Parts: sequence; C-alpha cells; structure tokens
Amino acid sequence: MTRPIHTLSFGAAFALGTALALTSAVPTQAAWEPTRPVEFIIPAGPGGGADIMARTIQGIVTKHNLMKQPMVVINKAGGAGGEGFLDIKASAGNPHKIIITLSNLFTTPLATGIPFNWKDLTPVAMLALDEFCLWVHAETPYKSAKEYIDAAKKANGTFKMAGTGSKQEDQIITEAIQKITGAKFIYIPERGGGAVAVQLVGKHVDSTVNNPNEAISQWKGGTLRPLCVFDSKQMPYKEVIAEGKSWGDIPTCKSQGLDIEYLMLRGIFMTPGATKDQVDYYIGVFKKVRETEEWKKLMADGAFNQTFMTGADYTKWVATEEKRHEELMRAAGFLAKQ
Amino acid sequence: MEEISNLFQGFATVLQPFNIMVMIVGIVLGVIIGVLPGLGGANGVAILLPLTFSMSPTSAIIMLSCIYWGALFGGAITSILFNIPGEPWSVATTFDGHPMAQQGKAGEALTAAFTSSFVGALFAVIMITLVAPLVAAFALRFGPAEKFGVYFLAFCSFVGMSKEPPFKTVAAMMIGFALAAVGLDQMTGQLRLTFGFTPLLTGFDFLIAVIGLFGIGEILLTMEEGLQFKGRSAVINPTVVFQTWKELPRYWVTSLRSCVIGCWMGVTPAGATPASFMSYGIAKRMSKRGNNFGNGEIEGVIAPETAAHAAGTSALLPMLALGVPGSPTAAVLLGGLLIWGLQPGPTLFIDNKDFVWGLIASMYLGNIVGLLIVLTCVPIFAAILRIPFSIIAPIILVYCAIGAYSVHNSNFDVVMMMVFGVLGYFLKKCNYPLAPLVLAIVLGDRAEESFRQSLLASQGSLSIFWSNWLVGTIMALGLIALFWSAIQTTWTRLRAMVTA
Repeated sequence: MTRPIHTLSFGAAFALGTALALTSAVPTQAAWEPTRPVEFIIPAGPGGGADIMARTIQGIVTKHNLMKQPMVVINKAGGAGGEGFLDIKASAGNPHKIIITLSNLFTTPLATGIPFNWKDLTPVAMLALDEFCLWVHAETPYKSAKEYIDAAKKANGTFKMAGTGSKQEDQIITEAIQKITGAKFIYIPERGGGAVAVQLVGKHVDSTVNNPNEAISQWKGGTLRPLCVFDSKQMPYKEVIAEGKSWGDIPTCKSQGLDIEYLMLRGIFMTPGATKDQVDYYIGVFKKVRETEEWKKLMADGAFNQTFMTGADYTKWVATEEKRHEELMRAAGFLAKQ
Repeated sequence: MEEISNLFQGFATVLQPFNIMVMIVGIVLGVIIGVLPGLGGANGVAILLPLTFSMSPTSAIIMLSCIYWGALFGGAITSILFNIPGEPWSVATTFDGHPMAQQGKAGEALTAAFTSSFVGALFAVIMITLVAPLVAAFALRFGPAEKFGVYFLAFCSFVGMSKEPPFKTVAAMMIGFALAAVGLDQMTGQLRLTFGFTPLLTGFDFLIAVIGLFGIGEILLTMEEGLQFKGRSAVINPTVVFQTWKELPRYWVTSLRSCVIGCWMGVTPAGATPASFMSYGIAKRMSKRGNNFGNGEIEGVIAPETAAHAAGTSALLPMLALGVPGSPTAAVLLGGLLIWGLQPGPTLFIDNKDFVWGLIASMYLGNIVGLLIVLTCVPIFAAILRIPFSIIAPIILVYCAIGAYSVHNSNFDVVMMMVFGVLGYFLKKCNYPLAPLVLAIVLGDRAEESFRQSLLASQGSLSIFWSNWLVGTIMALGLIALFWSAIQTTWTRLRAMVTA
C-alpha cells in the first residue's frame, strides 16, 4: 500500500520543483506552498485528545490529498508540552512546522515559568473548542450536579476528583467549583484523560471533568454518567448516545447553580516570523479539512464546539483567554514563583 | 462455544491473501523498528499509522498489530548481540543473552528468545480468547495504591534476589530514582532539579540512559579488553534452531511462571518492562542454577522474553475491552481505532465483532508468521558477530547516536548518551549493577506518582497500602521478596536448631 503514496509525493515534488523553476523566471509572486514535508507537533502524549485530533487531520490530509507535501505528526509531550512549544519557538522562520495546542499553551508557561509565551508563535486558526462535563459513576445516586455538590459538601472534603495533569485545565475547573460552591475535593492528577475515566469507572475517585470524547465509551457502556456541561449553552448534538439521551440533553452547569464556563482551545500555531502567505496557505488547508465527512464525524463523536476563527479574531480570543487563565491560576495559587 | 465459532470467522477474515500480505509486511517493518534503538514500538506504530488509512479497519489493525509483534521480536536481537536493548522490555534479556553471545552461543540465545516470545504471546492470546471480559473487569480494581504495590513488588524482588551486595544494588537503584525525578513533577506541575536549564525539562529519557549505559559502556569495556568481540568464535550453524528447541522443554516451569507474570502485569497496566524484570528476578531466585544467572544462562533469556511478550500481548486486552491502553504502543493503536471510526470500550465486542475477532485471529497467525520469519534469520543475525570489532564498533556508535537522537530529535540527547556511557563504564568497573539503576529510571517516576496519588487519596495515611486484600497481598509479597535471603537463613537456622 505504500507504493502509490510514495510515487505520488515524488511526482508532486518533481512537479513543484519544475513549477518553482518556472515562477522564478516570471516576476509575479505565486502563493506560498510547502517545499518539504510539514512537521505537525503535538505538545501532548499519544492517545490523548490533541493527539487524536492531529492524527485524524493527518489522515484526512493524506486521504484527500490536501497538501502536495506529506504531513508528519510528532509528539513532543515532555514538560507538560513545554518541549513542543520551545521547539516551535526555536524554529523561527521555518514555515514547515505547525503545532496544535490545548490549554497547556497558557498553563504550562504560567505554572512552570519556562521561557515561552503564545506571542512567540504565529497564530493560524482555531479549529474547534473542546467541552468539559462533570462525570460521576453510573451506580451512584446523583442525578444532577446540585445533588452531587450537596453530597460533596456533606462529605466534608473527602470526595476525590481525578483530572489530567497538575495545575492544568482539569484542576483549574476543580478549583473554580470549590470556590463557587464551597465544597472541597481532593484533586488527584493522572497522566491522561483515558486514565482519568478509568479511575472513575473503577470507583477509585468520585468524579471527573473529562472531555466528552474521553468518556463517551464508558457512558455508552453504562458505567459513567454526565451531570452537566461547563458551557453557556447546551451542546447541539442530538444523536442518542446512552440511556435514551444525547449530548444535547445534558444541562449546563450554570443551570444547576455551578456558574462556570470553560472551553479548551484546539487551535493551530506556526513558528515565529511566518509570513501572511504561509499562514493563508495553512488556513486554506484547514478549511478544506473542515469540509470533509471524517472531520464532521470527529466533531460529532467528541461533541466539539465548532467555532472556527482566524486572523485578528483568533489572536484577540487567545489574548483574552491568556488573561483569564492568568487570573484563574493566580486565584488558585498556581503561578510559578518568579 | 460462541467464542470458538467467532474465532474461526476471524481466521477466515485474516486468511484472505491481501491480509496475509499485510501481515508479512507488518512483521518485517516491526522487526526493523524493534532493532533500531530509540525508534520504539509506539513511535514506529505512530509513524506508520497513516499507511493504514486507506485500508479497511480490519486490515489496518492486522498491519499495526503485526508491526507491534515484529517490534517485540526485534527488541531482542540487538540486546543479545550488542548489549543494546532496542526496547525497554528487552533490557532484562541483555543480562544473560549478551554473555551467551560472548561465549559464541548467540544462535542459541536468539532462538530461545524468539521461541519464548512466541510462547508468551500465544499464552496471552489464548487467555484473551477465553476469559476476556473477566480479566478486563479485574484490571479496573487497580487504583493508585494497587499500582504502587505492583511497582513495589518489582523493586523488592530485584533487591532481594540480587547477588551483588545489597547496598550496591540499593545505591545503584537510588541513582536511578534521582535521575527519574528530574524534569516536570507530574503531581505539582512544577519543574524539579532542572536548575533553570531548559533541555532538562523533559527529564532523562530512559532510552537515552539505556543506550549509553549498556551500548556505549559495553564498547568502552571491549576497547579496554583488547578490541575484540568474544563472540567471534560463533560458527554459522543452520541447525542451531533445532538443537536449541530440543533443550527448551526442560524449562517449562520457568516458561509457565513467566507467562502468568506477564499476563498479570500486562492486564494491570504495569506493562511489559516491569514484567520482564520481575520474571527474570523470580526465575533467578527459583532456578537451581540461579547463582549462574548473569553469566549466560539460557533460562535467564527465556524468563524475561516470555513475560515481556505475554505482557505486551495482554496489554491489548484492557485497550479493547475498556478503552484503557496497557502500554504506550497500545495507546497509539487506540488512537488508530478512533480514526477508523471504532469506539473502543465495552461495546466494541458487541458492535464490531468482525473487527475484534479478526484482530484476535491475527494475533495467533501474526505470531506464527513472525516466529518463522525471525527464526529463519537467526544464523544471519548471529553471523554479524563475526565482523571484526574495529569495523563494527564505529557502526554501533553511529547507530547508538542515531537512536538517541531520534527519541526527541535533539542533539542534547546524544551528548547525554555519551555521558551515560562513561557513567556505565565506571559503574561496571566498580562492580555496581546497572540493572537496578535502569529499573529505577524506567519505573521510578511512575512508582512515585502512584505513591503520591495514593497518599493524596488517603490524606497522608500509609494504611491505604493495606486497605484491601488485593493491595495487601501484593505489598506482603513485596516485603517477603525484599527480605527473602534473611528469611531463608533464619529458616535454615531454625531447622538446624530443631533437629539439633
């Protein structure tokens, strides 16, 4: 199966080479296109949400031939993603490197003090936003977030909440819940969303704030139950998942007295100093990716919020989010000591 | 027996010509990945994942799982020939495999390793076929405390069975723990022991340490000892496979024990690496020839290889049944499942029967095909040792450097590899065992993590490690293993006193 792909890319490279030779003779500037394989960095480990999304994109790009050069996916998960961000920062002027981000774009530099800020990178596009839900084990009696929080208050700080990583999105949400309700939780950091869900299935913890796609199979399997979603409105997906309910039937946490909104960025950035032509090229590729059936399926399965942003809107959104994370983390005492 | 008829349907799927071709290609790619240090099974599967997007999900999983089997087989080759473990789980194979190669018995060691791998994998597949749902439920009982118990047992059985002075073992292990602590602290999200030096952010990667300590260290020692491989006398003997096979049935107890250890560790997401170490440690303790372990005992190759493969195979079970990957490679395969539009978890066995049983059938056939491929190559692999050292040493050095570089695509890692090489040389000269150090680097941060998770959950009370029969039993076994020699001596003395 490898042969057709290879001959194709060789052919494409050859054609591109000829094209470049021709355009260099003609003064008109052609739009930028990659001339080498493009590295797609994931600042997280294999198997997580960002990893699945990046690998799906790679599959879509390969299958539908959306780029003339191959796309190579590389995990650089070390130091809560710091490894990946520092690599992109150090590759200034290399347009053949892009990175997918999650909230660790903000949380990692804030919590560890590594020399990195999103302003070091060139923003390309927001692909989607990932939702967060409050999950409990299906065998517990709690039918609403309110019942669960009341029980947690009565338990006097012995309820356990598992989440991905330390001082990252899951713990930030947990802190926010504690602040708003006064209930206290023991927060137990795990390595990834999958491990978090399993700890809850095995009843080693009382609740989690998993992303929808991290817990969907357990919900289908009848072991986990979502109580509410941390968004301003209910999710738009109507397909029935389990117990006759769809993602759209899950109430917002706000309606349950938990006034917390938290969405995680799934966006794309480039290396420092990328030109407008280069950014536009990648925006074009991702627009095509978004139109494919595979992408739509990924969005529906993971109940993603499908906001798409580019340019100044995107940059402004990221700047606002950074400020919000800094405030949330300062309030929780998560900022690195200077 | 519904399972059996499902399985036969699976065989029918796998035996289509295209799927057989995919299987052979997968195994060969896997062996190549396993042989290259640094390019581990997880990375290899991740790199090759896109190749499968245009296939049907069943063909795709056959290809990927065969890459996985191939990598498991391939890891043993460089461990035995050059003392460079291609994969974390083949570290324990170097302890006796490499001395065997030095004595000119590389062919025997390779045959034993491959055959044991096959036996371990087969045992695990049979277990998956028969008791999948039951075993999967057992894996759920493992919370942080139970996980720590398993790591504790692995460390203890290593200290307890070591033939080096216990203090040297503990000292080496502590260096390993210290190295494992460098980098981001998972529990607090803070950087530790990096002293503001950013390349240390990711910590010391286990593979870099191993390539340096074993591979480079070995070359330095060989250079000192007169620039030649002791294995040069190896004769190419095409019948070596059959001669070794005649010997193997003698070690059925070790095999069986290693299979059980492997399956248990694979299912409880501890993984193939601790399984291989623990199995080696216990075999050394139980074997009649235990004192000769480390000097080229064939049993010392059988034990870790069997366990590693049983674990590697059974690690796929929790992934399929629960959506929990039991190993990094399984995690990448899990990503693959999602891309093909399959939802791993309890419903997979019901919604996608063809796929699941196709995969299980490919485990049987893939391992048989893999065994045939690698065994036919044994004489060729063994012949590599006949190349003069002055030619092969620079090749190994370059190969180690490429391996170290490819882990994180970083030059700093190549420098670290050389530093570890020098460290390995000095430790060997001073008779400090390297194995406990490596074990601690591999499992140190995981053990620390589950220890601290447990204490968070119990609000600081150590009683959580005795809070139910499961964790209690594991911890008790660990303590017995740790003080085994002391218990044994006391027992003999008591017996002597009674009879006297």
